[in-house]
Amino acid sequence: MQPIITITDLSKTYASGLVALKNVNLEINRGEIFALLGPNGAGKSTLINILCGIVTPSSGRIIVDGHDIGGDYRAARRLIGLVPQELTTDAFEKVFNTVSFSRGLFGLGKNPQYIEQVLRDLSLWEKRDSRIMSLSGGMKRRVLIAKALSHEPRILFLDEPTAGVDVELRQDMWRMVRRLRDSGVTVILTTHYIEEAEEMADRVGVIRKGELVLVEEKAELMRKLGKKQLTLHLHEPLLAIPDSLAGHHLELSGNGCDLIYTYDTRAGRTGITGLLTDLAAADLRFQDLQTSQSSLEEIFVDLVKEHA
Amino acid sequence: MNWPAIRAIYGFEMARFWRTALQSIVAPVVSTSLYFVVFGAAIGSRVSMIDGVPYGAFIVPGLMMLSLLTQSIANASFGIYFPRFSGTIYELLSAPVSPFDIIAGYVGAAASKSILIGLIILATAALFVPLHIEHPLWMIFFLLLTAATFSLFGFVIGLWADGFEKLQLVPLLIVTPLTFLGGSFYSIDVLPPFWRAVSHLNPVVYLISGFRWAFFGKADVSIGICLAMAALFLALCLGAVTWMFRTGYRLKS
Repeated sequence: MQPIITITDLSKTYASGLVALKNVNLEINRGEIFALLGPNGAGKSTLINILCGIVTPSSGRIIVDGHDIGGDYRAARRLIGLVPQELTTDAFEKVFNTVSFSRGLFGLGKNPQYIEQVLRDLSLWEKRDSRIMSLSGGMKRRVLIAKALSHEPRILFLDEPTAGVDVELRQDMWRMVRRLRDSGVTVILTTHYIEEAEEMADRVGVIRKGELVLVEEKAELMRKLGKKQLTLHLHEPLLAIPDSLAGHHLELSGNGCDLIYTYDTRAGRTGITGLLTDLAAADLRFQDLQTSQSSLEEIFVDLVKEHA
Repeated sequence: MNWPAIRAIYGFEMARFWRTALQSIVAPVVSTSLYFVVFGAAIGSRVSMIDGVPYGAFIVPGLMMLSLLTQSIANASFGIYFPRFSGTIYELLSAPVSPFDIIAGYVGAAASKSILIGLIILATAALFVPLHIEHPLWMIFFLLLTAATFSLFGFVIGLWADGFEKLQLVPLLIVTPLTFLGGSFYSIDVLPPFWRAVSHLNPVVYLISGFRWAFFGKADVSIGICLAMAALFLALCLGAVTWMFRTGYRLKS
């Protein structure tokens, strides 16, 4: 299937000389949830802002569903909804009016029924006649989402959607994003909450100092880079790891009570059988064992360190 | 053309006008009445006629122009500056709208407002002095041309300003003096020759003069020159705004 967004050799250098993006190439698949991860200042927002027409690229080409975002900007932008990072709203406007305004701005005729549906989905219907300035931060965030959805976009950009949002709203938002994806909308979100990417994304891109260092299916990424650890709780504490076990690169922790074995899930042989045999031979007995897999967060931290 | 977008921007801006109706409508009515009391009654009783027109009636076109200029600039500059200041400009920049759509919405709304205020002032003035408009169609044409030109000028200021202070600077330091010195309350013919010559460098002179001609059939400067100068200023503003959008000046990085 043809990608819905194709980014080719995209670079951006700001007038200040700051290089925000370096030669980024990326394809976004139709109907996926794509999470763009990266530390602050990595270029996530610049990338999104270029895609939405807010920042002018220095070089490169972007095609959105067959439309060049420069030459054919009207057709390209009509497809895109943007939820910005900052809570920027028209404080004096009423909720319903501001959402209707957005729909008009994107070239669509009035459709109060649709706006009502969007507001109901976001639990904003009760607040439709409230001025935005009277709303809480979480409500304002919802208003921004409603504005982005007002023109029935096929692609939705969420720039740090859950920054400063409470747990309940965050989960609401995750549900909403899944619902949108199920209805065929492509969702691209930036975040530095790894759990968000882990929870939501089909694919993950990691951006660092303006470079896209990795793009991978989330499951694949976790499988490839995921390390597993086996922890053995010993009956009696050890002062040191016996020489006979040196080949297994074990770590001792928990005051000598825990032996930790790290292995690679990609490897054909994990070495667990050998380890257990050697443990029996050394007459080390254990009372419990557990395995754990590294989270996307750990993977991410490793990645960013690696490229530092 | 993205008509729904133009309509949305226009509607948004006009809604702001009605929301602050007291400020936007009552204020000009009050200030016009004050001008009539001060200039019309106090001074007008000593200056009986200018060019065969009673002084009270003579100042009406100038008063309308004064409000038209200041209101057009104030409305248009604030209209585009505020979204830049608050950050809501992101939506405008990411919308499928051309610079023309944006200008049509913002400048159209600002011009509508100042025309409305101009007409309110005319109606208020009619309560004080008997008015007869010699060339009503030309009067309306000048009204439209001036409102559009100076709303565009205000739009340029709103794009250029990077603080509320600068937003006030141009209207306060340049436009108001030019209007007062542009013959709002007198014929520039009454000035000494040197200052009369200097006045010809003031673009507002031509607007007021042309407008006054539409009212009374008499003017300081010939109507052809007035039209040419108004068109020139419109062209300058269009040029500036085109350049700003083409380069993304203060809008896009």
